[in-house]
Amino acid sequence: MSQANIEKSEIDIVIGALHSDLTAFMNEWKPVFSQFHLIVVKDPDLSAELLIPEGFNLDVYTKSDIDRVVGSATSILFSGYSCRYFGYLVSRKKYIISVDDDCVPARDNNGSLVDAVAQHITNLTTPATPFFFNTLYDPYCKGADFVRGYPFSLRSGVTCALSCGLWLNLADYDAPTQALKPEQRNSRYVDAVLTVPARSLMPVSGINIAFSRELLGPALIPALRLAGEGKLRWETVEDVWSGMCAKVICDHLGLGVKTGLPYVWRNERGNAIESLRKEWEGVKLMEEVVPFFQSVRLPESAITAEDCVVEMAKAVKEQLGQSDPMFARAAEVMVEWVKLWKKVGSS
Amino acid sequence: MAHPVTPVSPPLKDELDIVIPTIRNLDFLEMWRPFFQHYHLIIVQDGDPTKTIRVPDGFDYELFNRNDVNRVLGPKASCISFKDSACRCFGFLVSKKKYIFTIDDDCFVAKDPSGKEINALAQHIQNLLTPSTPFFFNTLYDPYREGADFVRGYPFSMREGAPTAISHGLWLNIPDYDAPTQLVKPLERNSRYVDAVMTIPKGTLFPMCGMNLGFNRELIGPAMYFGLMGDGQPIGRYDDMWAGWCAKVICDHLNLGVKTGLPYIWHSKASNPFVNLKKEYKGIYWQEEIIPFFQSIVLPKECTTVQNCYIELSKKVKEKLGSIDPYFQKLGDAMVTWIEAWEELNPPAQAAQSTGVKKEEPSTKAK
Repeated sequence: MSQANIEKSEIDIVIGALHSDLTAFMNEWKPVFSQFHLIVVKDPDLSAELLIPEGFNLDVYTKSDIDRVVGSATSILFSGYSCRYFGYLVSRKKYIISVDDDCVPARDNNGSLVDAVAQHITNLTTPATPFFFNTLYDPYCKGADFVRGYPFSLRSGVTCALSCGLWLNLADYDAPTQALKPEQRNSRYVDAVLTVPARSLMPVSGINIAFSRELLGPALIPALRLAGEGKLRWETVEDVWSGMCAKVICDHLGLGVKTGLPYVWRNERGNAIESLRKEWEGVKLMEEVVPFFQSVRLPESAITAEDCVVEMAKAVKEQLGQSDPMFARAAEVMVEWVKLWKKVGSS
Repeated sequence: MAHPVTPVSPPLKDELDIVIPTIRNLDFLEMWRPFFQHYHLIIVQDGDPTKTIRVPDGFDYELFNRNDVNRVLGPKASCISFKDSACRCFGFLVSKKKYIFTIDDDCFVAKDPSGKEINALAQHIQNLLTPSTPFFFNTLYDPYREGADFVRGYPFSMREGAPTAISHGLWLNIPDYDAPTQLVKPLERNSRYVDAVMTIPKGTLFPMCGMNLGFNRELIGPAMYFGLMGDGQPIGRYDDMWAGWCAKVICDHLNLGVKTGLPYIWHSKASNPFVNLKKEYKGIYWQEEIIPFFQSIVLPKECTTVQNCYIELSKKVKEKLGSIDPYFQKLGDAMVTWIEAWEELNPPAQAAQSTGVKKEEPSTKAK
């Protein structure tokens, strides 16, 4: 019983508010969120007042707070989806859970409401198994285990630092895919959590994510910003970039990344065809960075997430900086972020 | 028992063999009849060759017992295990088809959460006929499945995927646990239906279970050797594991894909954990050295065929694992014998002509 209590006080739920009226969102999540402390960060570009219902333990941060804490002489931009990183920065908790403000709780195959927070916490507080694939998925889950042929020496696993959840209804597709299949909705509830193997890259979606701030905090960075970045996920790649850095860093530090449950229900929003124009640049960019991320190796001397970010930034600048100014800027932001984290983020 | 309407043309009817090792009986085939009826079966009878194993009526099959194995392979028969389901790979050797589905005789038709019976064979075929995605993990699992796709951030240059060489299915009811786990959790049953197929990323090893397995024989056949197990051998229940590690390393080298997940079968028989422990005992220790060995193998660029890769692997096995136990010298030699047998029974000219003689009548023995 006390174990659960300790964990509740170690959690911050960070919400980036891209919509001013959070009433419906907060009420839908109330059964899950009401026991936790929330950090709501308002998109600095949003002018309207935030509407948040009563009954929550929360702190709200707006543009003026961001300016005060971060200062004006910075290349880090917290607008749009990147506003939530400010929440990561000012949190003092061990674990962070973050969902987009256009998502509500999903229902599982039995019709029960999914407690996404509880599932993320379970993911983060049970080991990950990145060195060998378990064909029955998460071996620490009730009713499952390691299968025959799984080496015993690998069965204690490693600490899970990042938990990536999924989405029912509007899946996190890119604009071209959703535009080609406008009616396609994700209705398949896959009842599994699994560890993404070491050295395998994956697209990390910021829509439904949780991580150990203590172990990985500085590695989640609002570094890559598209020139035409917009207010729909189709029009961004900040989480994809951040996620690739985080995966490389986790692999280097021997930390695990899980994917799968929990699901959230993502509401209808936006027009994929219109977004196609804005995201095209991001699509091209991501093609260039994959070989870099697959081959980058961090020095053994990098033993903390901060160290790793600094090394990643160097590598980005050297190997990608020449091909597009966007990467050079990303490297700069990463360096600044670590400084900012040390100043503000470390308790 | 209800018989579903026969499909107009079962997929890959003339291109797929179903290989079944058995030492008991083939009663389980009755339940699979609606799904297997139109396919050719290769039965590999293990154990006493004088025992008659009855095949249910109406199936088109060949049956090989130990005498047949010896007759077909002569001295090379030494590479085929006796008194172990590893003998199933003899069926892979003699098949003339492009695809293989292999299943154990204690595996039955499972039901999905809606109560519908699962056509495991059809799912394996679907898995094998669609690409894999080994180079980048897709968080919505198999993007080629109905209702799924590549997620945002998945590189477009990788969306054609790689050809799928292996389709690894799972099991409801009795899970495939090792002996120590069975001893600790004798009552655990797998009741979780995970509605996903996914590609195991390049560079990652996995425990391949031979109970419910499909593969493209043309792409990976020669690597699907199930080793020396059972009678006269110091180890058992590592046959499929061994094949899986070898095959995955080669798939990774040749940029072929391995899928795991659906389909589920219903695994009915829990083998005796004490018997299993005796068989697995050495394997549990040896695998601690075997795994790092496979994880660190780099096959030379010049190895561009499965056979070449496999021969190269056999050399490394003898060189690096030989010091663990003389068994690995024998195993390395057996791997070479296997490839020699494969080349003999599957000469390139014949492979190009593909399908062999198709039998319409049930037969009791291969001629």
